Amino acid sequence: MHELGIIVHISKTLTEVAKENQISKIGAVTLEVGEVSGIVPDFLTDCWSYYRKKNVLIEEAELKIDTLPAVTLCEACDKTYPTVKHGKQCPFCKGYQTYLITGDECNIKEIEAC
Amino acid sequence: MDKMRIIEVKQSVFADNDADAEKLRQSLKEEKTFLLNLMSSPGSGKTSTLVHTIQNLSKDLKIGVMEADIDSDVDAWTIAEKTGVKTIQLHTGGMCHLDADMTRQGLTELGTSEIDLAILENVGNLVCPAEFDTGASKNVMILSVPEGHDKPLKYPLIFTVCDALIINKIDVLPYFDFDMEKVVEYAHKRNPNLKIFPISAKTGEGIEAWCDWLREEVKNWNQTS
Repeated sequence: MHELGIIVHISKTLTEVAKENQISKIGAVTLEVGEVSGIVPDFLTDCWSYYRKKNVLIEEAELKIDTLPAVTLCEACDKTYPTVKHGKQCPFCKGYQTYLITGDECNIKEIEAC
Repeated sequence: MDKMRIIEVKQSVFADNDADAEKLRQSLKEEKTFLLNLMSSPGSGKTSTLVHTIQNLSKDLKIGVMEADIDSDVDAWTIAEKTGVKTIQLHTGGMCHLDADMTRQGLTELGTSEIDLAILENVGNLVCPAEFDTGASKNVMILSVPEGHDKPLKYPLIFTVCDALIINKIDVLPYFDFDMEKVVEYAHKRNPNLKIFPISAKTGEGIEAWCDWLREEVKNWNQTS
């Protein structure tokens, strides 16, 4: 259940963003969540519904989630492949010198606010 | 709610925590306090490993302990009773991990000016604590033999963020299908630089090698500026 912790951090960040942009009310928040971020979108939405009531700024805000695909790069053969399908092992050369390029992020992409 | 406008934020959710953690690490460096973040699943033997570790190191180092749990203070009492070092209990209020700000509050309570080695016993969990940088000098995890040698495959992130892995309960190896070579192979695949220490917190086997490593790390951290 680190989803609740994540929501607490989002709420904190949004409070700062609101201060910088002179916003009093947020209508929607869009997140970018990577496929292998370890975050369960359903849990995240549940935690959001619970926690938003504790911050007037976001109490009516809807949470939207964009999923980002996970892509891994193989250093040995310089090719990329979908992480979820093949994992750590490169499907081309069978090596393990591989690194995740995208797919572990959890970003606040944008907000709708007034 | 009319006149809604779209504002691009483009910020990682972990950005504010990462910034807090970096700040905390810097101030600990200046105070010459080494912070060890100890993570594992529940029941892996964190508290008993700590008791042995503190008994081994307490003549060389001034140690303080922060026990983080969702509830109760049984671990804090155990540590305080068996080692006599200053121990405080942190409650996360249902949260499954500590973040940098909670760690900073705990350290203030503990008082770091006189302490060479502050140990944070994180909430027992292999998923969430790995996501949040606490500001620690080094991250260490404990995996115990009954949990199985496949854990580096199932919980990759925690093996990636740790500097050392303690494999505890090696005294019960004969009773489990735990493959020591496999676990080392899997863990090093995730993190080639990971130091691995097989120990038994029950018999004391292996504790010395682990403590020697930790003593050296604390010395390096507290000396260089």
